Amino acid sequence: MTISLPVILAVSAVMFGFGVYGALTLRNAIRILMCVELILNSVNINLVAFSRYLADPAQGQIFTIFVMTVAAAEAAVGLAIILMIARQRSHIDIERINLLKW
Amino acid sequence: MAELAWIIPLLPFISFLIIALFGHKTPGNGGKVGIAALLASFVLSLAVFVDVLGGGSAAGRFEWARVGQVSVQMGYQVDALAATMLVVVTLVSLLVHIYSLGYMHGDARYKRYYSILSLFTGSMLGLVLADNFLMLFIFWELIGLCSYLLIGHWYEKREVGHAAMKAFLTTRVGDVALLIGIFLLFLHTATFSFAGVEAQVAAGQLQGAALAAAAILVFAGAVGKSAQFPLHTWLPDAMAGPTPVSALIHAATLVAAGVYLVLRSYGIFAASETALLTVAWIGGITALFAATIAVAMTDIKKVLAYSTVSQLGFMVTALGVGGYTAAFFHLVTHAVFKALLFLASGSVIHGTGTQEMGQMGGLRSKMPVTFWTWLIGALALAGVYPLAGFWSKDEILLSAHDGGFTALYWILVIASTLTAFYIGRATLLTFFGKPRDKKVYEHAHESPSTMTIPMILLAALAVVVGFANSPHAGYWFSHFVYFDHPHEASSSSFVILWATLAWVVGLGAAYLLYGKSADDGWAKRLGLGGVWRVLSNKYYVDELYNGVFVRGTVALSRATGEFDKEVVDGAVNGIGALFRSGSGLLRRAQTGLVQAYALTLFLAVVLGLVIFAIGG
Repeated sequence: MTISLPVILAVSAVMFGFGVYGALTLRNAIRILMCVELILNSVNINLVAFSRYLADPAQGQIFTIFVMTVAAAEAAVGLAIILMIARQRSHIDIERINLLKW
Repeated sequence: MAELAWIIPLLPFISFLIIALFGHKTPGNGGKVGIAALLASFVLSLAVFVDVLGGGSAAGRFEWARVGQVSVQMGYQVDALAATMLVVVTLVSLLVHIYSLGYMHGDARYKRYYSILSLFTGSMLGLVLADNFLMLFIFWELIGLCSYLLIGHWYEKREVGHAAMKAFLTTRVGDVALLIGIFLLFLHTATFSFAGVEAQVAAGQLQGAALAAAAILVFAGAVGKSAQFPLHTWLPDAMAGPTPVSALIHAATLVAAGVYLVLRSYGIFAASETALLTVAWIGGITALFAATIAVAMTDIKKVLAYSTVSQLGFMVTALGVGGYTAAFFHLVTHAVFKALLFLASGSVIHGTGTQEMGQMGGLRSKMPVTFWTWLIGALALAGVYPLAGFWSKDEILLSAHDGGFTALYWILVIASTLTAFYIGRATLLTFFGKPRDKKVYEHAHESPSTMTIPMILLAALAVVVGFANSPHAGYWFSHFVYFDHPHEASSSSFVILWATLAWVVGLGAAYLLYGKSADDGWAKRLGLGGVWRVLSNKYYVDELYNGVFVRGTVALSRATGEFDKEVVDGAVNGIGALFRSGSGLLRRAQTGLVQAYALTLFLAVVLGLVIFAIGG
């Protein structure tokens, strides 16, 4: 059984949409971080799908592994920052963290 | 001997340094050092003069600076003109130095006074010896500076400071013109030296309008220094300085520098008819104009100041009508008798403590030496035979007459009459009649010998010096100092008659009006009250200048100041305000909310993609 490319792209687009919506609207920093992971993974699905149907499989898959590595690093740094904010302010509400402004 | 002439100005410069730096350690607090240096200079000048008499002359120069192709030379030249001038300057300066011992005794700034007096004398001697325009200009500015410093000697008084500034600024107007004239000459002849410029002019290198312009610009410098109309207003105000300074600087030497400048560069004037005519008329107007003002002055020094302006006008007229020797001879005799008159007036002021002739009167018996010396000076100024003024003034009238300048001749005759009248009036008001102010009269006393001896010496000179250019001496002076060729004075009985008539009428009228009373009210009784008012207000020239130039400058500076404050500063502040309010609006975009930034970023990417998609 093969799933056609447009279906996979549709799933990835929906995932991307959820991710962007969540990252822009949620207030909890951890949730935002999770939404960012969602965006990255929707991109990964795209990459894998395109490499499977259109091009040389190796390229897209290697690229995906890169993205996953970077995402892991990003999550580590992001979680560390959130941890520090939580210790300092005892909350992680992104709308109340607005020191960098005029 | 003449080649040692460069030492003459050096000695006063050295004494200036000594007095200025170590004056308080020298005997006599500096005064004696100045006198010693001046005495040496005077003796040396006499030696140079005698050498030049015997046909000697000297010149020397060295390169001072080289700019590209242009070599700027400094040098001195000794000829009959310079040698005579050296003697006049050192003599008058020496006598004034001695006189000042008495006059300035106990002054708070005695040392400063003597040091600047030395600096002035050195600069004046340097000017006399200069062989090029540039060097002359340097010394020209130095004597201007000394004049400023000495006029402002008692600078605590507000009007004294103002007088000093007025003198400096007014002469500066002429100085700028002179500088432009020098550069104009340099542009066409590529040299600064008097001889070089003269040779180029003679060769036709510079002619027509350019020559006339250059000559008139140089003459404008002389107009400023020699206080000719319309730049004469500073000289009467310069009387705020100590009287010996007035005698030395504002009668005998500095003001003569303008005439000397024209004499030195006479070659360029002689080549331009227009320039000569300008010179002659400026001189003629000044001579008459200042003489009429002198009639109505009540301050004894102001009378002498306007008299000086008028007499300088005589010299300048002589220059314009071709009387080279006549002008210089009058310069010499005037230096002697006007210095004498100033020293005598200083003696009167010293003795009475006032300058107003209205408070004097009857001083003849109280101050006999001052009276007799003044009288000799006054008669010399009036042109009474056989005193100095007679010979030199006659010479000037003669050159105007022989040159065919009939109008100028009559102007000078009228000015001579007025000269005799105002000096007669001043003499009668000061020394004759009844004492008008008891306190002043009782306080009056004869001055010490340091003051009277220079006066006596000058009086003796005022008697004899005129004979140098009289038929009794075979018109010796005319053969000694001349331009191009000696100009044999052809004595005309017509001119002598009118010259004599001038002083007879002038002195006679003075005696009729002031012999019995010291009242200026006769003008009103004759229906001349309005004229008298105009004269005693000096034709309102000061008021006119004040209204036009001073107020005009102030108004212009105010306007430009407002422009700077409103427009220029406004533009700068406006730009600042623009960015401040602009950034005030823009900084609202920085909310500090990460999600707002992310939304912006997202929308921007979407927008980019849309544009990309539409644009294909």
